[in-house]
Parts: sequence; structure tokens; C-alpha cells
Amino acid sequence: MSAIIKVSNLSKHYREVKAVNDISFTVNAGDVYGFLGQNGAGKSTTIRMLLTLIEPTAGTIELFGRNLFTQRKEILRQIGAVIEKPDLYKYLTAYENLSLFARMSGVSVTEKKLNDQLAQVGLTDRAHSKVRTYSQGMKQRLGIAIALIHNPQLIILDEPTNGLDPQGIADIRNLILHLSRHEGKTVVVSSHLLHEIELIANRMLIIDKGQKIIEGSVAELFDPAQTLVHVEVSNPHEVLLWLQASNWSSYIRDQQNNTILLQMNRKQVPALTTDLVNAGAGIMAIQPQNSLESYFLSLTTENRHVDTFTN
Amino acid sequence: MWTLLQIELFKIFKRPRTYIAFVAITAIVVLIQLALYLDGKTYVGFMLQSIERFNVEGKILNGYFVCYFILQTLLIHVPLLIALVGGDMIAGEANMGTLRLLISKPISRSSLLISKFLASTVYTLLLLVWMAILSLLVSLLIFGKGDLMVFQSQVIIQIPQSDVFWRYLAAFGFAAIAMTTVAALSFFLSLFAENSIGPIVAAMSIVIVCTILTTMDLPLFLSMKPYLFTSHMLGWKGFFDIRATDANSAIPGSIQNLPAILRSAFILILHIIFFVTAAVVIFRKKDVLS
Repeated sequence: MSAIIKVSNLSKHYREVKAVNDISFTVNAGDVYGFLGQNGAGKSTTIRMLLTLIEPTAGTIELFGRNLFTQRKEILRQIGAVIEKPDLYKYLTAYENLSLFARMSGVSVTEKKLNDQLAQVGLTDRAHSKVRTYSQGMKQRLGIAIALIHNPQLIILDEPTNGLDPQGIADIRNLILHLSRHEGKTVVVSSHLLHEIELIANRMLIIDKGQKIIEGSVAELFDPAQTLVHVEVSNPHEVLLWLQASNWSSYIRDQQNNTILLQMNRKQVPALTTDLVNAGAGIMAIQPQNSLESYFLSLTTENRHVDTFTN
Repeated sequence: MWTLLQIELFKIFKRPRTYIAFVAITAIVVLIQLALYLDGKTYVGFMLQSIERFNVEGKILNGYFVCYFILQTLLIHVPLLIALVGGDMIAGEANMGTLRLLISKPISRSSLLISKFLASTVYTLLLLVWMAILSLLVSLLIFGKGDLMVFQSQVIIQIPQSDVFWRYLAAFGFAAIAMTTVAALSFFLSLFAENSIGPIVAAMSIVIVCTILTTMDLPLFLSMKPYLFTSHMLGWKGFFDIRATDANSAIPGSIQNLPAILRSAFILILHIIFFVTAAVVIFRKKDVLS
């Protein structure tokens, strides 16, 4: 499978702040690539470097096998993007915005093509309304129409579900899946909504504090051995002391109020439950979370955990 | 580039704020014309009272005179209206969040910037054309033709009516260069802000400070005066400074000091080139964080 994006040792520093620090990753043709991280993790900075909005401090970016900074125009012709919230010309109509950006993308589009694109994102009825009258969801859909109007091979969506209602989020999700499965597009989606990424991405990268934490297929990363178990008890201090003295001590990850967090293979949960009952823990709930979200949380809380326990 | 320029002009003329300047100029010109129409003779009488033994033949209060009066009043304030659009060209896009979308399109940053500057220049020229139509053509329609009397501190210059119209065309041409300089300055400042208020205020502050330095005859500032663009912005008046014969009669088609006008135009053009080149150089390397 050919690499559409190949990023090597990419860094962006603002004086002492390392917004992105030595990140490398590869996106293959046909991937829906999830770019995960908390707010301020460095996702948007990386995406802005992919779109030449920001110049890297170090590293190289190849798209479609070409160097981004020497063949910028040829590469950008094949990319459609929504960068953070889709800010558009509010004093123009959706049709005018779309027409204007289509021309800037170097394609001459017919009226029918413009109308079809607006229909694809469900804006036919409001095509000739000023964008200032649009809701956030409608703006987001128009932003996506603009990203798609020149039929790009690579689509980059930075936080595309921000500010949307549940129906809007579902619409965007379905559109991304449609673009990938039926039109063969490569899609990069950044989000801090991990559940969304879990539902649409086949490969993913997690970034935290400007550094890559892990990259791989969602299937690989969705590993039962990484199950997080939330143990809610009425006597957390006593239970924590008992756990620290027991064979379970190496599984402890964190404690928040009445909840103790452990990380283990899902198969070990019954044994843990038995031991806790035998130890007299006032168990209120034991909740294993076995999703990409818990995996992401396990990585980030692990960082916090290490900080907490080393201080 | 042509497509980009068309797009930029489309955006400019779709914005309601673009028309503020046209409305403002219309209002001011119409008010001046109305005032002179109703009470112009008093004003002319006041201007003539300090001059002894001056016999006036013909109609002093004519369209050419009114146009000169309007230009003197208005060309000092037009830079503010120019800065309204020039200062918004980049900063306004940053403020709206559309700059990042523009940069991610397959167009070079230089082309984008130059097309934006050309669009603001077209706006400036159209504003001046509108001003010319109102102040010259409408004034001629209302007040009629006649010799132009230009009142200076110690002298009155009388230019025959057959020798005036081309001078106005030249004056408006020069004013276009002067106003484009202001557009270039505000455009350059627009690079450094994420809302248009900053560059508009900054551009006007620079124009005001430089104008004050230009008008102050202190030895400290004399050496820098020739290099300040504000020293040259009123160079259009030179087209109405006519040469005279020994018998003190005007020489038609003459200009008292054409080299000074050309030098002023050259210095203004140098300023334009400097501001635009600096803007391109900076913008090519600028991180877009808005």
C-alpha cells in the first residue's frame, strides 16, 4: 500500500515551547487515519504544517511521494481540508463561498457541480442564504463541501465534529465513512473525541505534549490486555493500602476520590473481584473499560500517574 | 493572478463596509456643494477682501473652483477611508479565520498577497474616480465653467478655463499614487494583526505623525522631511501652480515646477514598492496561527 503522507522527525518549536517534537508517522492510501490527542497536544500544529500554514523547525513532510515544501502547489491541489472551525465569508452565501474556493483550488466547476456538492452536505435549501445566518453545524457542512469540491485524494479534517449536535456528529461520521469506502479517499481526522475516532478510523496516532505516544492500527491498539478497571469502593484508602501490599500492586494506575484505577488483562477481572471481596473491600462498582478511549486514557493517565507517584 | 484578483475584488465589493467610504465621500462633497451653492459668494468675498485693487471679471464660483475647494478639504481625510480597506485585507482574513483556508489552497503566498494589494489599489482608484465624478463633473454641471482662481498665501493664480481640465486629470492621477501609498502602508501593517482595527489605527497614526513632522519647520526635522511620504502627498497642488510671463499673465499648459512633482511621485512610488515588497517577504515566511 502506497504512503500518501510520510512525516519524518517533524518538530515545531516556539522559543522554549516544543509544540511538536520529533514526530514521525505514515498514512497509507485509503486509510481513515485518526489523529488523537487532548487539546494543546500538538494535533493542529502538525496539521497546519501538513497544509503549509506553519513552517517546521525541523523534519520533512512528503505527500504523494513529493516534498511538500518544494512542490507545494501540486500537492495542495490534491488536498481538501477543514482546519479547526470552518470560518468562511459570512457576508457571502454558501454558493458564493463554494464557488470562490473552487476557483482558488484551480478547478472550473459548473453550476451543477456546485449544487450537487451542496446537496451532498444537505445545504440545497439554504444555498443562497448568507453564511452569517448559518448554525455551527451548517457551517461545518459547508466547510466540508469546500474541502471536497475539487475532488481531492486526501482529506484533512481538524476536529470536524466540534460544536455539532449528535445528529451533526453522526452525519459527519457517515460522510467520512462514505468517502473512504465508496470514493476511495484517504482521510486524516484529528479529534479529542476518541469515541468518534474509534468508530471511523482504521489507523491512528496518539500525540501528547507534542510527542508521538503510539501509532498503529486500531485493531492492534484495541488490546484486551490494556483493559482499565475502575473499582469504586466505600473505603478507598484501606483498599488502596491493601492493593499496594498485594500481588495487584503493579496494576494500580491511579486513584480519584472513591475510585481506584487498575490496568490488566480483561481475564483477570474476576480474580481481582474475588480478592477484593475476600479482603473486605466495600465494593460499589467494578467497571472494566475495553475501548480505544480507555486505552487513550490509560496512556495519558499513566503519564500523570508516573508524575504523581514520583513526586 | 487574474482569477485571484477577480476573487479579491468580488469579496471587497460584496462587503457592506466597502461602501462606507463611497457614502462618506458622497455626503461630504454634496454638503460642500450645497453650502457653496447657497452661500458661496460670501466665501469668495471673504477670500478677496484681503487683496487690494483686484478687479474680477467673470464667474469665480464655478465648477473648477468648487472642485479645487473640495480636493483641498477632502484629500487630507481620504487616507482614513483608504486605510479602512487596506488595513483589513490580511488582518480581516485572519480575524474571520479564512486566512488559513486561503493559505491551504494551491496558490503561492506571493500571488495571494499581490492580488490582494492590487485589489485594494483598484478600490483606491475607484474611490478617487467616484470623488472625481462628484467633485469635478457634478460641480461643473451645477456651477458651470469658468477660469480657476487659486488662492495662495500672497498671490492669486488665475488659470484660463481652457487650461484647467487636464490639470484636474493630472491631479487625480497624482492623488491616486498618494492614496495608493497609504493603501500600501495599511496593507503592510495588516500583516501583523489579527483584527483590522489595529492596522487602520496604526496607519492613520503614522500618517498623522508624519504630517505633523512635515508641517513643523524645526531644524531637527528638516533633514528627514524629503523622505517622509507625507511631504509629497499634496504634490497634486503643483499642477495648479502655473508659470507666468514677465507681464504677469499665465502661460497656458505650463507648470511652475514639474521636476518637483515628478520627484514627489517617484518618492511615493518608492514607498509603495518598499511596503509591498516587505509585505511579500514577511508573508512568505509567516506562520499562520489565526
